[in-house]
Order: sequence, then C-alpha cells, then structure tokens
Amino acid sequence: MSGIWTERLDNPVSKRLRDPASTGYVAIGLGVFAAFLAIPPIEARSIVWSILVGIVATLLGIWTATRGRRRLGYGAAVAGLIGMGLGILATRSGTGNLEAVFNAALIAQMFAFATPLVFGAIAGMFSERSGVVNIGLEGMMLMGAFWGVYGADVGGSWVVGLIVGAAAGGALALLYAYFAIHLRADQIVGGTAVNFLALGITGYFFFQLYHGNYVPTGVSTIPNVRIPFVADSHFLGPAIGNLSLMIWAGFGLVIVSYFVIFKTPIGLRIRACGEHPRAADTVGINVYAVRYGCVILSGILAALGGVYLSDGFGGGSFNDNMTEGRGFIALAAMIFGNWRPFGAFGAALLFGLSSAIALRLQVYSPSASTLFNVLPYVLTLIAVAGVIGRSVPPAADGRPYKKQ
Amino acid sequence: MSNEEHPTPPAEQTEEAKADISSAAGRLAVKQRAGGMIVPVVTALFAFLIGGLVVLGTGHDPLSAYRDIFNGAGLNWVFHPTTDIANTAAYNLSQTLLQTTTLILCGLAVAFAFRCGMFNIGGQGQYFIGLYVANWLGYSFQGMARLPHVLIAVVGATLAGAAWAGIAGVLKATVGAHEVITTIMLNWIAIWVGEWLFGDGGPLQNAANKTVPISNDVAGSAQLPVFWGQQQLQGLHVGFFVAIAALVVFSLVLNRTTLGYEVRAVGFNPDAAAYGGISVRKNLVRAMAISGAFAGLAGALDMLGYLYHFGQSDIPATQVGFLGIAVALLGRNTAVGVGLASLLFGALLFGTTHGLQSGVSTIDPALASNLTYIIQGLVVLFVGADLLVLSIWGWRKKLRPKHREATA
Repeated sequence: MSGIWTERLDNPVSKRLRDPASTGYVAIGLGVFAAFLAIPPIEARSIVWSILVGIVATLLGIWTATRGRRRLGYGAAVAGLIGMGLGILATRSGTGNLEAVFNAALIAQMFAFATPLVFGAIAGMFSERSGVVNIGLEGMMLMGAFWGVYGADVGGSWVVGLIVGAAAGGALALLYAYFAIHLRADQIVGGTAVNFLALGITGYFFFQLYHGNYVPTGVSTIPNVRIPFVADSHFLGPAIGNLSLMIWAGFGLVIVSYFVIFKTPIGLRIRACGEHPRAADTVGINVYAVRYGCVILSGILAALGGVYLSDGFGGGSFNDNMTEGRGFIALAAMIFGNWRPFGAFGAALLFGLSSAIALRLQVYSPSASTLFNVLPYVLTLIAVAGVIGRSVPPAADGRPYKKQ
Repeated sequence: MSNEEHPTPPAEQTEEAKADISSAAGRLAVKQRAGGMIVPVVTALFAFLIGGLVVLGTGHDPLSAYRDIFNGAGLNWVFHPTTDIANTAAYNLSQTLLQTTTLILCGLAVAFAFRCGMFNIGGQGQYFIGLYVANWLGYSFQGMARLPHVLIAVVGATLAGAAWAGIAGVLKATVGAHEVITTIMLNWIAIWVGEWLFGDGGPLQNAANKTVPISNDVAGSAQLPVFWGQQQLQGLHVGFFVAIAALVVFSLVLNRTTLGYEVRAVGFNPDAAAYGGISVRKNLVRAMAISGAFAGLAGALDMLGYLYHFGQSDIPATQVGFLGIAVALLGRNTAVGVGLASLLFGALLFGTTHGLQSGVSTIDPALASNLTYIIQGLVVLFVGADLLVLSIWGWRKKLRPKHREATA
C-alpha cells in the first residue's frame, strides 16, 4: 500500500518514464544542452535559457540521486551545474548589464532565498516521516514571521524573537496535532484550516499591535556572520563571507536532521511510526507521543524559517501574508528531495536560486522574471505527474492511527 | 443546567454513547438523527464564539462588533425591507449578495469534487483563470452585440476554468498524482500567470496606460445588466440568478442524472464503483472539470458583473476561491447547505470590510476582515474534526437522559 501522495492507478505506459535512470540521462542531456544554448549554432543571446535549462537538469539529477541511482544522479546534477556555468561564461562576454545580474552576490542571495525553504522542507520531512502530512507549513511559517518580529521588538533582542516565533509556530502545530492525531481529522483539511487560521491571526494581531501599516523600526535583527579572511576575498567575500546566522544554522540543521533521522534510535522510531504505526505500537513505541513530537518540531522549524524571513531577510519588518506561498515551495522541495534532508536541501537551494534570479531580472525583463518565479511550481507539477510513482513517501503518511 | 436537576445517566448508557461515536457507522447514525444540520450549526456557533473571545481578549466589545458586522452586511434590512438603494441597509445587502454570488459558485467548485472523493483546493486558481479569460474575451470583440458577447466571454471563461481543473483531474486519473498537491501548484501558477498578464509589458496590460499594472476594461457590450442598484455603484448584477440556478443544476445533476450517480458512486467507494462497471478515471476527470467550470463561471460573473478590470495588486487581495472551501465544508457539500453557507460568508466578507464604517464601528475594518479569516479557519478546522463536535453533541445528550429515553 502507498501513502497519501502516491495513490496511483497502474499505468504501464509511464513505467519506463518513471525509472530514475531515464530521468538521470535526460538530466545529463539537458546539462549539456544548457552549455550549447549559449554557443553557435543556437547562440541564445540571453543568459536566461542556459540558467533555466541548467536548473531543470540539476533538479532532475537530485531527483535521480535520491531515488536509488546515486552516482548517475549526482553526475547529472554536476553536469547541470557545469552546463549552466559554461553557458554563463559563454554569454558573459559582450553583455555588460548581465554583470549586474550574475555575480558572486547572487550566491549569497540564493542562500537567503533558500533558507526559509530549507527550514520549511526539513520541518515537513519530520512531520511526514512520522506519518502526519503537513500542508499547514505555510501557516506555521507565517506565525513565525509575525511573532518573531513582535518578540524581537518587545523583547529587544533577536534571540527573544526566535524563541517567541518558534513558540507561536509550535503552538499552532500543537493545535493541528491535536486535531490530526487525537481527533483523527482529515489531515489535508486540517492543514488547510491551519493556513487560514495563521493568516487571520497574524493579520489581526499585526493591526491590533502595530495599528495598520506602521511597521516596527529599529528592531533587533538576526546578525550576519562575517568570516574574517574570506570576507575580504574577491569572489568568496560577497558570496559566503557575510551570510546571516540563520543561513549557517540551516546548513547545520540539514546535517543534524540527516543523522537524527537515519542514524539514531529516535529516527528509527520516527520512521517506524510513519511506515507502520501498528508494528511500532506493538514493540512499545508510543505512536501518539512520537507523532505529537514530530508535528510540534515541524511547527517550530517552519516558524524559525519564518522568523528568518521577517527578522533576518526582511530586516525586521512584517507585512500581511508575508510568506507568499514559500511554505508550499518548501513542501515541493521536500517531495523533490524524496523526504530526505540532503535531497530537500538541494531542491531548496535551486528554488532559492530561481527566486534570486527572478528578483534580479525584474528590471531587465519582467516576463523572464515571472518565468523564474513560476519555475518551482511548474517543475513540481511535472514531477508529481511524471515520476511520483518512484517517490517513496512514508507508507502511513496521512493516515490517522487509532490505538487499540 | 446542573447535575442535581438531571442526575448522571447509568453507566451502561454512557458506554453506549461512547460506542456510538467511536465507530464510523455510529457517527453516521448520529449525523442522520441530527438531520445533518447539527454539526454545521454547532461548528459555526463555535467558530463565532472563539472569534468573539479573540475580540474580547484584545479589548473590544464582541457583541457590538458582531452587531456592527451584521448591520454592515445589510442583514438588518429584514427589519425595514426596501428596494431603495439610497437606504444603507439595502445597499449593503445588495453588496453582500454580490459576494454571495461568487461564493456559491466557488463553494460548488469544491463541493462537486468532494462528492467524487477529491479535495479541490484549486478553486482559487480556477477562479483566476476564469477572471483572466473573461477579461480578455470581454475586451476583445469591441462593438459586438451584447448577448453573443456576454455568452462568448462567459462560456470561454467557464471552459478555461474547467480545463485548468481538468489538468489536475487528468493527472489524478492517469498517473495518480494527488489532486491536493497538483491543485496547490496550479493555484500558484495561475497567480504568476496573472502577474505576468497584467504586469508591465504584459499582454493584457491596459493599452492606454502602460505605467500601471492593471488590465483593460471590459467592453460595455460584455457587461452584465444590473437589476438592483446602479452600475456605477457596483450594483447587483443578473449573475446572482445564474448562481442560484447553478445550485439547482448542481443538485439535479448529482441526484437525478446518471453522471451524478457515477460521480457519487466513485466518491463513495471507487473499488465498488469500478466493480459495478463505472469508469473511475473518466469520472475523476469529469468531476474535476465540472468543479473547475463552476469556479471559472464565478470568475466570469465577477469580471463581467462588477469588476470590469483587474490589477496585479488585486491578485493577493482576493481570497474567494479559498473561502469556497469553508463554504463547501460548512454546507456539507449539498446545494442548500452551500447556499446558506455562502450567505453567511458573503455577509462576513462584506460586513467586515467595506460595509463596516470606519470610525463609527466599534471594531476597525482591518481587524474585522482578519476576523473573517480566523472564523473561516476555525470552521474548516472543526468541520474536519466532526469527532469533536459529535462528542460535544453526545456530551450534551448525556446531560439530558430523560430526553434521550423518550426518543429511544
């Protein structure tokens, strides 16, 4: 039996398409194509196409790697990146204003855009690994974004902001957990409710506490980490020399969650609850406790991503519905990464790159900018359409468990 | 009601009440006994109660806030009925009905898919696609006669909505991609398509003024006639009757046609339906497309009825497609229920925003409009957990053992 994301009917036609190997070969092909786009005979004048094809190739590579064909997948991902790089180099000569779009600072911006997604995707992974689908990531992130700024404003320190934001996300997650686990409510409906609720609560209290459009000023923001020697270097300086603390925390989170999920007894218990809750119950694991823990952790992590969005990336300000669908992109990154930390991280980085490029292209070409903004959603749609059968979500994902 | 007056029931009755609620069949039985009305009514009351507590906790008077919203929605019109639009209550009511029109169709978009066992979160995207196509067709064909122009725009937008939802239906039927994830993605794609269409240099951006990201105005020949109020003041257009008719069509199609029977059979149990010779795949696609048609029609009626143009900034401010989820769930996916729930949310939508007079009202419209989202979220949360409402219902029954014996 399969979980909630993979209820699929048998379809022999697309079986070959679903083989991760074929995705890998397509990815390598696209990577090569990304480089060739820039040189004759095609000679695309705009660098946009190389980047676009390169991102698609790299994502497909991650897809392949997280679904069993590791070497082929990583090879394909590297091919995509190299193809993208070569394409950029080839078009770089003679196109002056593209320098403003594609430079070392783009890497820093990619990390900035990707970090909320990294937190969100890891958050979703914990919840779903324990067997609870979390559509409410968006709402939990939004809670973190508002209450984080509020905490930093009132408490006078970004540390208080992080704590208050995490607590708000955790509280909403606890409410969701009670409905999803104890009351066995439909998890998709419950998650949708959580999103509406967060939109209402944050909007209501934003106006109540800050009287409309007044955005708090002088809020203590999450600091950047300046690496002494790297910060002064020519290329690495603008790229990674002065990144926000939360970006580094995000890197750490990915590594830690990999070890927790796959290398510790706790992770084994979490996965057992997501794969076969009855069996887990039989051997004495408290399924409800594990699921409560994971959903609340999920809320806390998603909220931390939200705090970064408002109090780090946003410079200590908030506006209504600030997350603007980032929770759903995080969900998509998690699916792309096959419910695995490093896969989700890779997908989040590429979605972040896509957003960063979209922002920079806005001035030069609004339509190309839209193309990069819509890319995560389109790719996810294509991915779930073509190859979700190869994904391995936790078997009991989305199924309420009833104790006997 | 205290326990002294009504002694606690015997132990075996309590056990029976518990058993009633814990099994699915028992829950169904309770629902049927309750006539299906209890859960939505309790849910709505509960949501308003908690919303009121939030208002109270933040230092406002919940009773006068709800009274102001009630009046802001024009529901006090029933005390002094008049068709004169100069009367504030009459005007507010016409605006509430304008919102109700949209919500009925967005609610049906969710409800129809639900009856086929699918959760269509994509009403928002399908509504947007309907808006875009209606704007495009309404602006093109300048100088055409009114009836064909309106028909072309409405039918085009409805089909576009059906096609947009059909993508999710086809993906579900062929490769089994879950409709929730596909419709979420389609929502965001529709949003970005709108940003592109109406944005700077976009194909549907206002031809006369290239500096603002707003669409062209729909031609006069494609605008729907207004029957209550004035067109300049956003009067109630004939689309209201279309929405009422859609409720009837929804009910007839589901309950009186082969198509409706098949859709419900697949929704009830796909395996049994397949065993009975019903094509599950065909019905998944059909149900999704019909759902999308309702949402697309909603977009068309809004565009041709009172919006006439749409801007980039209107896109994030529009939430009616999502409100359709609350409408359908509260209305238990039936025609009558959707109609009543639409009126409730239509009243909330207008009564908490433009209907509320800033300064006069005890609660600021900016707070009240967010109160709508809170109530919406609570409604969806509680409807999703009928176990909670039913346990409260069972608990209430336990407090009245005599009444229970009389019915048993």
